[in-house]
Amino acid sequence: MTDNTSNTPKRVVVAMSGGVDSSVSAALLVEQGYEVIGMMMKLWAEETVDASCNTHNRCCTPEQLDDARRIADKLGIPFYVLDTKDVFRAYIVEYFLDMHRKALTPNPCIECNRHIRFTWLYENARAIDADYLATGHYARVTQDADGTYQLRKGLDEAKDQSYVLSVLTQEHLAHTLFPIGGYPKPQVREIAARFGLPTASKADSQDLCFLGDGDYRRFLREYAPEALTPGQIVLQDGTPVGEHTGLANYTVGQRKGLNVYGAVPLFVIDSDPARNALIVGPREQLGSDDLTAHRVSWISGHAPDGAIRAQVKIRYKSTPADAWITPLDDGERVHIRFDNPLRDITPGQGAVMYDGDRVLGAGIIERRPQQAPETQPSHLETASPA
Amino acid sequence: MPAPRTVYLDHSASTPCDPQVVEAMMPYFSEVYGNSSSSHSFGRKAEMAIEDARESIARVLNCKPTEIVFTSGGSESDNLAVRGAGWMQRAHGKGAHLITTPVEHSAVSAPIKQMAGLQGFKATFLPVSSEAWVDPEDLAAHLRDDTAVVSVIYANNEVGTVAPIPQLAALAHTRGALFHTDAVQAAGQLNLDVQALGVDLMSLSAHKFYGPKGVGALYIRDGLDLVSAQAGGSHERGRRAGTHNTPFIVGMAKALEIAHAEREARTAHYRAMRDLLIDGILTRVPDVLLTGHREQRLPSHASFIVRGVDSSKLLMHLDMRGVAASGGSACKTGNPEPSGVLLAMGYSPEDATGSLRLTVGHHTTADDITYAVETVRASVEKLRALAKMFAS
Repeated sequence: MTDNTSNTPKRVVVAMSGGVDSSVSAALLVEQGYEVIGMMMKLWAEETVDASCNTHNRCCTPEQLDDARRIADKLGIPFYVLDTKDVFRAYIVEYFLDMHRKALTPNPCIECNRHIRFTWLYENARAIDADYLATGHYARVTQDADGTYQLRKGLDEAKDQSYVLSVLTQEHLAHTLFPIGGYPKPQVREIAARFGLPTASKADSQDLCFLGDGDYRRFLREYAPEALTPGQIVLQDGTPVGEHTGLANYTVGQRKGLNVYGAVPLFVIDSDPARNALIVGPREQLGSDDLTAHRVSWISGHAPDGAIRAQVKIRYKSTPADAWITPLDDGERVHIRFDNPLRDITPGQGAVMYDGDRVLGAGIIERRPQQAPETQPSHLETASPA
Repeated sequence: MPAPRTVYLDHSASTPCDPQVVEAMMPYFSEVYGNSSSSHSFGRKAEMAIEDARESIARVLNCKPTEIVFTSGGSESDNLAVRGAGWMQRAHGKGAHLITTPVEHSAVSAPIKQMAGLQGFKATFLPVSSEAWVDPEDLAAHLRDDTAVVSVIYANNEVGTVAPIPQLAALAHTRGALFHTDAVQAAGQLNLDVQALGVDLMSLSAHKFYGPKGVGALYIRDGLDLVSAQAGGSHERGRRAGTHNTPFIVGMAKALEIAHAEREARTAHYRAMRDLLIDGILTRVPDVLLTGHREQRLPSHASFIVRGVDSSKLLMHLDMRGVAASGGSACKTGNPEPSGVLLAMGYSPEDATGSLRLTVGHHTTADDITYAVETVRASVEKLRALAKMFAS
């Protein structure tokens, strides 16, 4: 699909950030003969105020903007900055807050690719008659004999970003280019040097770009204080062992900062937003060999009829784990049983299913149904379940 | 694939330098290169060219050559006028009250806000009508005995409204205030006779009337001992330090000469093109408003609010199809603050983000207008469909 041999060059919109990956992507496309247009999204982010009373945010700073514009100038391509603040705030920041209100741990990058990059920006690219949207992600797209498009891991597995792209559709893949997906990172820097482009990397995409200071707990205190209601820390049988400062402050597997002391070290096992309780337990209770996921999509174009074998990533940076996948509810949900238990299955994160380097599909990890507590919850019970 | 054709409709942002102007400038780069402040023959030749330019500009403005100060452009002229006159007036015990409007170019409003914020001046912003019209009665009501300077833009850069400068200036003088006007957009199109206008200070910028960028002038009425905003050498009789940019000053004078000589023919053409444009946009594009005054309007200037459309995206779509336009004033940051001018005129922030400015020039043809109108229509249609997809 990177064929560009016909007489009229295909038009490609490149999402540019001013960083090396998107700059090299744009440069490669220009070299391959595409008609390339650079676009930068000005996303919503908390604002900070500098000494000259100018407001900035960490993402899309005036410097990054100037960098991207300068690169576009050097490559001889048009460059536009699109105001994406309202739609980003509505779809991503609100999603992030809502998930934390439900004591779930969201991955905003997945939702940003789903709603912003590959829906909002994609539609804006289509509106100027672009044939493709290109990004500087480390991932690849191939086409099968049956015509379906397959999302594959970036060749540089250490940089692979297929996890956060796993929610795209066949239509997206048909119109998406990842020009650097076939290069290892050091070679991308070499290409940047060859084109005379800056070689510095932007922050990794798992960063929460909309935070003023990178501290999501502080962000929640300001924007969703209700997600930080103190409550009880309990054992799985309901026995209270301490107080927590708000469920959103903890992640599954966490041990430090609990301020509870037992005969054995205690870890965060789960949380129960219905009772605003944080559930802890000894190491043996941590981890599980199964999960269910909802909002499942099958990017491969083939929803399985029955159980299949796959490797599953339960976080952006986790190692793929062998598992049996069983579709539920006509493929809208899946049950995943791992060959070996995993310690840090976190509700709200993406469960991305692979066949080798090929992404099959993805869903969002559901909260495990709560076991009935043996003792009644305290006065800190919250009224509404998630 | 390059755009099929290009149509430049952003003459309020800048105009192409006239080839006759370029020709007039050429000797002053490498042949006549002396510093006009030097006493030797090289310097004298440069000084000669500069003083000829000053006289030429003075003829157009109907003033004395000594009343012209050369600057680096409109923004510097505005800063020198507002600060220099404000500081002078206060030093002379006149007072520290400044009057301006909420529809000024930022080169006037920003120094005034700075003087109010840091230097103890008081600033009054007059109300404006929904057409950006400044009513002389409002000025009369706000003038005080301690009013030092009144500054009102001659022709508004965003919405093209032309202010009643002679009346406003006369009113300011009844209370002993100095009157400044930013005539950057007006120059080349409107009457620049400072006696008829009755102004004390007037800013010009060459690149708005087919001259080079980076050079401007400030008219300063005789007898006003302005405090220099840029201190240093004794250039421009101590009012503006810095070596003269001989070729650009020569170019500006040449450009103003041509603009003045051809003013009637040019503005007739601008008006014809502008009216085609306004009629075309208002009849072919649904839910669009003309902003600014219908009659008291700069001949080259058409400005609109396109409802439900993000101006920066519209500009991108127009650019993709070769039409160069503006959102009201230059903004390429993707961080569009709704225009303060449109808000002051009473438009909602939503409406203000849909501003579109199209300004014609003397190369603009009726064909260009037809192409531009159709391009705006098609782009707006696409963007409205797109906006519907993401309406929350």
